[in-house]
Amino acid sequence: MELLMPFIIGLLYATGLYLILHRHFFKLILGMMLFGLATNLFLFLVGRLSRGLAPIIPDDAQVATEPFADPVPQALLLTAIVIGFGIQAFSIVLIKRIYQAFGTNSLDDLNNTDKLDTTHKD
Amino acid sequence: MPQLHHLLLILPLLLPLYGAILCLFCWKRVLLQKVVGSIINAALLLATGILLYEVHTYGILKTQIGNWPAPYGITLVADLFSCLMVLTASVTGAAVFIYSFRGLKIQRQLYGYYPLLHMLQLGVSGACLTGDIFNLFVWFEVLLISCFVLITLGGTRPQLEGAIKYVTINFLASGLLLTGIGVVYGLTGSLNMAELAIIVRRPAENNSLFLMAGMFFIISLGIKSAVFPLFFWLPASYHTPPIAISAYIGGLITKVGVYALIRLFTLIFIVDQTLILLLFTIISGFTMVIGVLGAAAQYDFRKILSFHIISQIGYMIMGLAIFTTLSLAGTIFFILHNILVKTNLFLISGVVGRLNGSFDLKVLGSNYLKHPVLAGLFLVSAFSLAGIPPLSGFWAKFMLAKAGFEAGDYTIILISLGVSILTLFSMTKIWNEVFWKKAPVDLDLPTPALPDNLTKGLLYAPVIFLITCILFISFYAEVIVGLVYRAAEQLQHTDLYINAVLNR
Repeated sequence: MELLMPFIIGLLYATGLYLILHRHFFKLILGMMLFGLATNLFLFLVGRLSRGLAPIIPDDAQVATEPFADPVPQALLLTAIVIGFGIQAFSIVLIKRIYQAFGTNSLDDLNNTDKLDTTHKD
Repeated sequence: MPQLHHLLLILPLLLPLYGAILCLFCWKRVLLQKVVGSIINAALLLATGILLYEVHTYGILKTQIGNWPAPYGITLVADLFSCLMVLTASVTGAAVFIYSFRGLKIQRQLYGYYPLLHMLQLGVSGACLTGDIFNLFVWFEVLLISCFVLITLGGTRPQLEGAIKYVTINFLASGLLLTGIGVVYGLTGSLNMAELAIIVRRPAENNSLFLMAGMFFIISLGIKSAVFPLFFWLPASYHTPPIAISAYIGGLITKVGVYALIRLFTLIFIVDQTLILLLFTIISGFTMVIGVLGAAAQYDFRKILSFHIISQIGYMIMGLAIFTTLSLAGTIFFILHNILVKTNLFLISGVVGRLNGSFDLKVLGSNYLKHPVLAGLFLVSAFSLAGIPPLSGFWAKFMLAKAGFEAGDYTIILISLGVSILTLFSMTKIWNEVFWKKAPVDLDLPTPALPDNLTKGLLYAPVIFLITCILFISFYAEVIVGLVYRAAEQLQHTDLYINAVLNR
């Protein structure tokens, strides 16, 4: 497992970045999700993989007995998942609005704000 | 009041949070939201002012959230640098808040502008006061998500276009930041900045991996603070929302990224410093030059200002790259000065846009004739931005240049002085086109109805308020220089920070 995980994470990063670089909106969303997953999984792996070693202190002890799973990355992971979920939900709605407003599916049509003479109002 | 220090440290977070919640309760009742916001902003100004005074008197303050002892819980730390940041943020926040009474369309005010503004202030305060790198990431997310919604608020076509670029690139940056935090935790087993600072100063063999973690932070925070070559999202998005929003975001948010860079690269990532500082020098040089050249090509008031944000980020990185006490002090002064001046210039561009109905330099003109006071206010801000003595930009650039010459970094200082001249050129261009030139008559543009006196007063008031602050730090520069010098000393003597946080 330990050997397999880095490759999975690397693959997720690569796929995510590759899809983000596409012009299609749907692929952009997909890429952002995969990229988020890759970071989350990476954060999980940082705490080392272990099975059935819950970091719970027994009733009759003062400290947990080694070895136990590191709870910190799991806590971080939960926070990161929630934040990532919020941002992904927001970007899906944003992209839907853009699709409605511009009637296009390609990022190439969205270069108006980069042009020199932007005389749009408001 | 040493017993109140814990409360004082949390107030910059609690006040905007309460403000946001109360404003959400007053959904669609703009007047009530304005009342709540006014009280919150006044209290925030007061609280951050007192915080600065207390930190100045008692040294670095800290509090442990939930009373968990230092390396295990989340720590809030206020040293002089973070206090100055929070105070400046609340000053600009108050100014933008007043401006938005009349500078923002009522529909936007109805649908959640005020709660979002308070959430943004919460994020800025949190990012500046936290002493934990993961917590820093969380505050950055709070701040960014508020920015996302503020930029899209109203949903006009340019706003949506700007937002998609802003959201995508910042999502990537956050992912990289999180990865960097993961690497740091995997290497050290700690997230507390003070404990990390101790760990990296121990001789160990995994230095090269720590350098890699530092690179993650450079890239992600570099995207957030828009340095070369990661800045392309900024001029594509910052000018799209209404001025009240882009003034606050453009004035403040990139500087929070620079704040985090300075904090982390003075405290934690000091491994292999020659390489990192060389990298910073190169980045700062390119950022300055590219930013100012980009501005020279533009003919939209707001886009010129957006490109100048990039150019001035270069100066701040330059101070970090020279890495002496004087240069860090110069950087801190420059950040404070730049937040005030840049926000003010954006607000002035908003007033000009409101009075003339356009931001296009080719269409504008004769404003000196029509609005001489506004022209004067612009002139002071523009000269201050370019660094004409005795205005605040001069003191900041003087400190940076002196530090650079003392450290022998002649090339980068000469580049920065050249960039100053080009900045002056850009400001002169705006002056000529917007204020001095005769307005082109053959264009049949609809001239907007002139605002009534109350509206005009409420539009001018925040500009005059910020100008007063700029003039204050210009003419009482000695006080401010002393303050930022002490702040830089605190950054250089990291044991002060470490001992304060870990109670040693």
